[in-house]
Amino acid sequence: MKGGRIAPWIVVVLSGLYFVLPLVATFEFSLRKRRGAYSFDAYRSVFEDNHFLESFGYSTLVAVAAILFGILIVVPTAYWIRLKLPRLRPYVEFITLMPLVIPPIVVVFGYLRLYNSSSWLPFTASARATDLLLIFSYVTLALPYTYRAVDTGLRSIDVRTLTEAAQCLGAGWPTILFRVILPNVRSGVMAGAFLTFAIVIGEFTIASLLDRPAFGPYLQNIGANKAYEPSALAIIAFGVTWLCMGLINVFGRDPRDAAAAKK
Amino acid sequence: MTEIADTAVRPLAVPRARRERLPLAWVGVVPFLLFVALFLLLPTFDLIVGAFQTPDGGLTLDNIRRLNQPTILAAYWVSIEVSLASSLLGALVGFFLAWAVVMGRVPRFLRPMVTTFSGVASNFAGIPLAFAFLATLGPTGLVTAFLMDIGINLRVLGFTILSFWGLTITYLYFQIPLMVLILMPALDGLKKEWREAASILGASSFQYWRYVALPVLWPSLLGTTILLFANAFGAVATAYALTGSSLNIVPILLYAQIRGDVLHDPHLGYALALGMIVITGAANLAYIWLRMRGERWIR
Repeated sequence: MKGGRIAPWIVVVLSGLYFVLPLVATFEFSLRKRRGAYSFDAYRSVFEDNHFLESFGYSTLVAVAAILFGILIVVPTAYWIRLKLPRLRPYVEFITLMPLVIPPIVVVFGYLRLYNSSSWLPFTASARATDLLLIFSYVTLALPYTYRAVDTGLRSIDVRTLTEAAQCLGAGWPTILFRVILPNVRSGVMAGAFLTFAIVIGEFTIASLLDRPAFGPYLQNIGANKAYEPSALAIIAFGVTWLCMGLINVFGRDPRDAAAAKK
Repeated sequence: MTEIADTAVRPLAVPRARRERLPLAWVGVVPFLLFVALFLLLPTFDLIVGAFQTPDGGLTLDNIRRLNQPTILAAYWVSIEVSLASSLLGALVGFFLAWAVVMGRVPRFLRPMVTTFSGVASNFAGIPLAFAFLATLGPTGLVTAFLMDIGINLRVLGFTILSFWGLTITYLYFQIPLMVLILMPALDGLKKEWREAASILGASSFQYWRYVALPVLWPSLLGTTILLFANAFGAVATAYALTGSSLNIVPILLYAQIRGDVLHDPHLGYALALGMIVITGAANLAYIWLRMRGERWIR
């Protein structure tokens, strides 16, 4: 569209303002803890708080577990669908998009009803089992993104030929999956992994309702009780999200794509 | 390419093998289906069943009927309003931003910048986002203070971050980038030839957009808007951290109910959750229907 020269600039500048101002304001606010002078006191106070480290550590562990379990369930399924059951693909794709339709708060409410301590599968009876439930819920939460990332990766390789070649050389299914297919969809898997981490690390609703000591509930608690630390935490959280997206760009990009782009 | 190859080869390869192999091939997707059933479908289904049950297990429509109280209806209404406002505004602004970066004559380096930032901002939601907007537009926020200095008192004008517009403006922070991310590739997909063909036939810029570009973009525009709607409708964390329980929207009401603060009636809670599923589900059905119509029209 011709649309003049000014219109695009107005759009870019205005939205730039909208997106940058809150970051500037938050950063400025986070420096105001000491009266009369800018300081990093709020950050020091955050890092000295044991609950910060504990909850962040806990959420990191849960996120890593969710990533690993997600890979374990998504890669074989996406591979198998491409190889043997292509007719099922639209249905499986539809299922993986369901978490975008069913709000997390509804799913976790369902868990509390279905898996309460007196049910046939008492996930919420012990802390460890609830941790497991939290991990599984995060796998479903990230499913739309991980499945798509892996499936896109599979599209760019010849699944059938690779499988047949591996079979000819005497490989069994585990070898084919983890030593042939997985390395070939590495970029998709990595992209899905970092995206999962970004979504999961500060997640509040599920962790809070399952009553787990995760980073999200910790954030909420600080927000209700402190003045300047929340801003410092917001900046830290923004940094973590930025790091995840940066790592997607570094590891998630297919080296073959980069080579093709250079040509 | 591969898909065409697949469909071309399959009819030859499948018929003989179908009888013996299909049951075995199914086994491969069992772990996935079992997982999804246990941790996504069954819990949701169980909740829906619960919405139609009395505490001792009998069938009833009473829970649904009891949704008809002023607080709950108001909560649904405000939720729908916030979700509509933030998805429509997000779609509109996101569209223009994507358009400006892809088609406007702005420096090239802006595009990767906008893409990267959108990736970050669309995932910067939940509680930290609420903190950021409290520091910006809250009672002692930077922008609030600045506007006060130049003589604009937001509170006198009726704006607080705890209000409908406060929540909407906050939600836009992840809604706009999501729209930009999905729409940029779609805008790239508009072929130069279409534009040239249109202008050779004497179409104005408006006519090109009205009769060529927008009909092509329509499915992705509409689909993303609905995605944004569901996104906002189910969001709990941002609203909770921003307003506590002071803003009466469905997810917060449900959250409070699960924590045991209000209603004191789990079955009413199930009905509340059912209402949420019905609304996001209806939005998606509308999308599928409109998309089918759209595709027929393109052909």
